[in-house]
Amino acid sequence: MELNGNVPTGPLAEKWTKYKSSMPLVSPDNKRRLDVIVVGSGLAGAAAAASMGELGYNVKCFTFHDSPRRAHSIAAQGGINAAKNYKNDGDSIYRLFYDTIKGGDYRAREGNVHRLAEVSVDIIDQCVAQGVPFAREYSGMLDNRSFGGVQVQRTFYARGQTGQQLLIGAYQALSRQISLGNVTMYNRHEMLDVVLVEGKARGIITRNLVTGKLDRFAAHAVVLATGGYGNVFYLSTNAMMCNVTAAWRAVRRGALMANPCYTQIHPTCIPQYGDYQSKLTLMSESLRNDGRVWVPKNLDDAKAIREGKKKGKDIPEADRDYYLERRYPAFGNLVPRDVASRAAKVECDKGHGIVPTGLGVYLDFNAAIDRYGKSKAHSMNLESPSAQQIWELGQKVVEEKYGNLFEMYEKITGEDPYTNPMKIYPAVHYTMGGLWVDYNLQTNIPGLFALGECNFSDHGANRLGASALMQGLADGYFVIPYTIGTFLSKEIRTPRFKTDSPEFEEAEQSVHQRLTGFINNGGKQSAESFHRRLGKIMWDYCGMARTAEGLTTARRMIQELKAEFYADLYVPGTMDEFNPELEKATRVADFLELGEMMCLDALERQESCGGHFREEYQTEEGEAMRDDENMMFVSAWGWQDTSKEPELNKEPLIYENVKVAARSYK
Amino acid sequence: MKLNLKVWRQKNAKVKGQFESYQVVANEHMSFLEMLDVLNESLVSGQKEPVAFEHDCREGICGTCNLVINGQPHGPQNGTTTCQLHMRHFKDGQTIVIEPFRAKAFPVLKDLVVDRSAFDRIIQAGGYVSVDTGQAPDGNTIPIGKDVAGQAFEAAACIGCGACVAACPNSSAMLFVGAKISHLALLPQGEVEAKKRAQKMVHQMDEEGFGMCSNITACEAECPKGISVENIARMNREYIGASFTSQDK
Repeated sequence: MELNGNVPTGPLAEKWTKYKSSMPLVSPDNKRRLDVIVVGSGLAGAAAAASMGELGYNVKCFTFHDSPRRAHSIAAQGGINAAKNYKNDGDSIYRLFYDTIKGGDYRAREGNVHRLAEVSVDIIDQCVAQGVPFAREYSGMLDNRSFGGVQVQRTFYARGQTGQQLLIGAYQALSRQISLGNVTMYNRHEMLDVVLVEGKARGIITRNLVTGKLDRFAAHAVVLATGGYGNVFYLSTNAMMCNVTAAWRAVRRGALMANPCYTQIHPTCIPQYGDYQSKLTLMSESLRNDGRVWVPKNLDDAKAIREGKKKGKDIPEADRDYYLERRYPAFGNLVPRDVASRAAKVECDKGHGIVPTGLGVYLDFNAAIDRYGKSKAHSMNLESPSAQQIWELGQKVVEEKYGNLFEMYEKITGEDPYTNPMKIYPAVHYTMGGLWVDYNLQTNIPGLFALGECNFSDHGANRLGASALMQGLADGYFVIPYTIGTFLSKEIRTPRFKTDSPEFEEAEQSVHQRLTGFINNGGKQSAESFHRRLGKIMWDYCGMARTAEGLTTARRMIQELKAEFYADLYVPGTMDEFNPELEKATRVADFLELGEMMCLDALERQESCGGHFREEYQTEEGEAMRDDENMMFVSAWGWQDTSKEPELNKEPLIYENVKVAARSYK
Repeated sequence: MKLNLKVWRQKNAKVKGQFESYQVVANEHMSFLEMLDVLNESLVSGQKEPVAFEHDCREGICGTCNLVINGQPHGPQNGTTTCQLHMRHFKDGQTIVIEPFRAKAFPVLKDLVVDRSAFDRIIQAGGYVSVDTGQAPDGNTIPIGKDVAGQAFEAAACIGCGACVAACPNSSAMLFVGAKISHLALLPQGEVEAKKRAQKMVHQMDEEGFGMCSNITACEAECPKGISVENIARMNREYIGASFTSQDK
């Protein structure tokens, strides 16, 4: 298949502006006659539904949650990037663009990323106008902080709950459109298929999660904003219900899945502590502004700590290895996530880990507490303050900045992170891969669009911190309201669709068949138990380090697991009721197919880049080694059918505005 | 640790429910919901129907989880949602009673799952700033004092879980509504519509069947996010102000 990214021609900085002013429009009167379905109500979905409702389209918005405000965007902690240059520290749209391309290890599309950087500034303005209570300085101006992989301060934040505040802003904008009748909201409705009529996306099949009823909804276009698929690993920082089903059903209908192997493993999460564990908890990257990452230099010390004979604070300064500062002096603790995660794994593999499983490193705030304490004592004119006084003053400053995160850590681990350094380890957090989309955010199926984490477009092989919120809102508020017009302007004469056509009939029947299949399967094992096993395979073979041999093994294991799933799955209850086990079964079934595709993609990508690290391809110093000559393309996989291998399509990546170089943070 | 659970089971909204007893073996590192996962896994493996309960982020921020544990919404630990509650706060051999949030405006859908869509409808009635995408001036055009932004943030930190309603003997939603009215009224962007917003939201709150404030501040005590009852005072001020000055009847 020939893949065309449809990036407008002309100079990079003018592409979006020129394109916007020349793209076909839909008149207000015609908008009223066009229906748009938005699936998902997180940052991208809520922003898109609200903005398209404001424009006058008839919008139907769907979520499987009990309320649009529950979407997982709410859990984002650290912040949102924007090239405002409020700090006068040399930031610019170009620099945000460049940092994102470099951070993504030169595997993202230039045109899309530059547009993202351009609209980033509008997002902050929009959110402030909605009443998002961003952190302020004493002057009343917006405050900023730093995130990994950049040397400027461009991250806007609302304590450690930025995602919550941005989502509530989008939710309120959406609520306003619901009250005005421009958006109809369907809570507790899960999309289980997309309906194609004459090759175009014209509707969806949903299941009402309370009554179990299957419903058909028709529209002129369908927008998927259904998030990422990190839960394929079972243990991740994603919410329990995050899943790939909506996107995967689109893949099964012909949409292409791009770069599925690009997974972000976040360096600072609370380490795993037991087999019963249901999820992992993130500790925001913002902590690396002040926290220093280290392990004991001596293996004996590490062993003593693992056995509970010593504590982190007992290790003298000289015996600590601040390995990020040592290996990457220019960026230190603020190297990008993929680099920090791999470095933690290297230390733990060498035996320096500090938790009983051996998989954990320290994130230490003592230096920051001391620094802030001294500065505070100075500003209070305290003469020769005691060490205790300094510690108390500094502790207060750190509490003000990160209090809610420290509290969350204490609740989960039962340890006080002020006195003993935090224990952290990398965990699956975000998926850069997703549905293939062009510049208009349209998939290869006409009329089917994908926004936010659901698409693959902006982060290449590694996403920078505080860029997920930026992309979700950029896509929802400032891109799709324009680009959907390129498709809908050709549909103004298309009458509203009826849902009694053979296409809708076939789609509903196939969903019905699938669900009754699960209910009547009559096996013994729960969907949850299969999910756990799949997650372990994915983490062991398609996680932080991958090899051709391991990935081949993983594919075989997943195929066997899938066969066992269909032979021995047990789903209690019936289809016509609130049945979370049935929901889980459909999601795990799709994760099994996706997991295998991820291994295939990782196997085919014979290089290391960003979050994808193949042990065969590394420099002598253990850094990722790209193969720009042979691998500079987007892998877009097309589903054939269960008996055939997915088909690989390649979209070449062309860099006209940045010099492609080895990524260095040293 | 061995625990005796008394769990509310109810097939659907139309039938009566009852308590059922279960034994479960847990350990103190588990979260409360992981303990329920263990119970459900054993029910499913015995081909019995698992207990339906709602949860999602398990980080205390999405507001989905909603249990009443031994009579307290979100259980015994202050400032903690059910998903962040850990078993180390319980004793071996303890009996734990688990119920759904109870309120007329929150009907039970199944077992421990309730319908909280009344909260959405209250926000839809006016819990927003009426600004369209693309209309905004530069974010630094209006300076907002650090303390004012902080106060607004504290009100905006509400996660919409409904514990305030479950804690109140009158099932009042005033803490939830007050928090939203305060969040927006405190900021210059939201202040323009503050009075009208208060009227509309309070009206919708009454329509939904939430009760009057009981003045015992159990809502504040049980709120996992520490939302202050000062927000109710601010709501009353906006509402009373509106009834004197409002142009629309």
